[in-house]
Amino acid sequence: MTDPLEPVPAPEHEPAPAQQAAPILPEQARRLADGGWHRLHPATPFLRGGIAFLAIIGVIIVNARDIFLEMIFGGDNGFEPFDRLARAGFLIPIVLIVLLVLLMSVAGFYFSWRMHTFRITDELVEVRSGILFRTNRRGRLDRIQGINISRPIFARLFGAARLEVNVAGQDANVELAYLGSRGADDLRRAILQLASGTRAAESAVAQAPGQEHGGIVERRVSELLAPELDPNAAPPESIVRIRLPRLIGSLVFSEATVMAILIAIGIFVAVTVTGRYFWLLAFLPGVLGFVGYLFARLTRSLRYSIAATEDGIRIGYGLLSTTNETLPPGRIHAVEVSQPLMWRPAGWWEIKINTASQASSSTETAAKTTLLPVGDLDDVHRVLQLILPSLADEHSRELLEAGLSASANDDAYVTSPKRARALRWFSWRRNGYALISDAVALRKGAIWRSLILVPQARMQSVSMHEGPLLRRMGLAELRVHTVAGPISATIGAMDRGDVIDFFDEAGRAAVLSAGADTSHRWRSENAKRAHDAQKAHDAQSAQDAPIAEAAEDVPVAADDPEVTL
Amino acid sequence: MTERLDLRDAEWRGISTKYAVVEVGGLLIMGVILSVATAIPTFVTGIQWLAAIPISLGIIFLINIALTPRRVRAIGYMLRDDDLVFRRGLMFRRVVAVPYGRMQLVDINRGPLDRAVGLSELKFVTAAASTGVVIPGLPEQDAEELRDTLVALAESRRAGL
Repeated sequence: MTDPLEPVPAPEHEPAPAQQAAPILPEQARRLADGGWHRLHPATPFLRGGIAFLAIIGVIIVNARDIFLEMIFGGDNGFEPFDRLARAGFLIPIVLIVLLVLLMSVAGFYFSWRMHTFRITDELVEVRSGILFRTNRRGRLDRIQGINISRPIFARLFGAARLEVNVAGQDANVELAYLGSRGADDLRRAILQLASGTRAAESAVAQAPGQEHGGIVERRVSELLAPELDPNAAPPESIVRIRLPRLIGSLVFSEATVMAILIAIGIFVAVTVTGRYFWLLAFLPGVLGFVGYLFARLTRSLRYSIAATEDGIRIGYGLLSTTNETLPPGRIHAVEVSQPLMWRPAGWWEIKINTASQASSSTETAAKTTLLPVGDLDDVHRVLQLILPSLADEHSRELLEAGLSASANDDAYVTSPKRARALRWFSWRRNGYALISDAVALRKGAIWRSLILVPQARMQSVSMHEGPLLRRMGLAELRVHTVAGPISATIGAMDRGDVIDFFDEAGRAAVLSAGADTSHRWRSENAKRAHDAQKAHDAQSAQDAPIAEAAEDVPVAADDPEVTL
Repeated sequence: MTERLDLRDAEWRGISTKYAVVEVGGLLIMGVILSVATAIPTFVTGIQWLAAIPISLGIIFLINIALTPRRVRAIGYMLRDDDLVFRRGLMFRRVVAVPYGRMQLVDINRGPLDRAVGLSELKFVTAAASTGVVIPGLPEQDAEELRDTLVALAESRRAGL
């Protein structure tokens, strides 16, 4: 062992529920985050193996039972493999080998657990793992893009959770799998506290968790039924509720459904025309894929919740396997509010975001980047206020509404000139941009409406483009570069002069906002203020304080007459 | 309207005109290889009209080579107070402004042709892949000075992600 002296981890042991009473936990989280090396939940290898492990045990038990029954009742049929092995004299060696393999894998699991340690210091979170091939991963706390706690159904039954610290970069997450479920929540709070720039002493925030006592079964059950957001850490009310009919409606009226129906019609026509049922076979994988997709989207959006905490926004979702993610302030690089055509009668919108940490698999990415799967206009405004608090004032709200509403040429957005009609047939009136408070807003699309918001403090660079065609027409294209994600903030077919103006303005605003931005240590300057505010049980203001402060310092072009009226 | 997309009061710093040599060299090599490769079917099969492919390719490359000096002159950069502005392109023009604080790293690359004429290429990398600021054709000395300047500027204006 590398660290014989390291503290014994003992993360929530199942056999000691009585000692697991309430007041210990925050302390425990503090202990886990004390900078020393700690180990994960002892059941980790078992949970990681998960269902495979269960299946193997099941197979062994079933077989063993058969053999056992046969031994008792003496029923023997000569084809039993065990019989044949016994007759050939191989039974003993084989049993020994099986036992050896079992022992070795148990030992392997044990050592991999022993060697899998993590520590959390003021500066970084570090994980070491592996027996033969050691890996060591460190993430800097001030580069945290989000902390994700997920509980796959299997781990959830055992009261374990996976904590993922996302730092900027492709697949750059430090994963702590698995931790005790309660411990994970507290540890997240502790990490966020360290990351926010407050010292633990300063932030003697009394976090007395109103924890339920009781036996292990009761605790498990209550954990399963508990709301996805820990009621102690967040205002219990999620600001958006997605009711089941709306969720199902949003899925039914989605592009995927239209595609599925079109394909079904195509196949139906093919069958009736050719008279061959062979075409139905082609249908099958499509149906499976479609149902799988719908199911995944549905379960992902069920029990959806979004709420403000003092350390950022918390988004929780999932019915069986649950996930909840905390995005600290200033980690959202771009926001897109969009509306497919079929959602328009119902007035539904979807919100997507770009964050600097990207998952490797596409389904994970989709889950991570969808902030609001479906919501009406009020929901959209509430969520936008949450993620971009500087847009809360009346003027910005008007601009946002103009951004989401139907075409209007005379509003605050600088729109495409009339000569751009050839390039934007329906949307030239809508196609435009504006500077809203400390964000850049790009409004696009008449059929697929969307509004893209990029906080100026997160803009990486701005560029303008023109090609031969655009030059003839005196037009140009504008792009705001953000970290990679589903949203690309570009707007084409704008007047050249406007684009040049905007390029200058946005470039200046980006520099100013970036200079005034302190969100990478979001509480460092306002620790005391936030603390007081929180004491006053005003979670909302505590969450807004640092950002609003930063925003006020920014001499943004918000009252520039040219842009905003 | 033949007005160009450009900043209003811009004093662009151009790059070394020797970069045209690098560009022309690269285009020549590519052009010869592609033309010869596409000419093979004509010789093998003897079908006359297949020769149109290498001929048209050759013409495209020749036009490209003829335009190279102008294209090289169109490349420019500017160190403003708080950001680096970069411009390139003749037909497809692109102007990018990157605040210094957004810098993640600076690369200096030298290809074989670059080395032959003593030039370097400087790449300014931010967290956004689409920023794509690559300043080619800088004399080695200048490239290193520019890199040091940029690093110093970025250090003094460090911003988060």
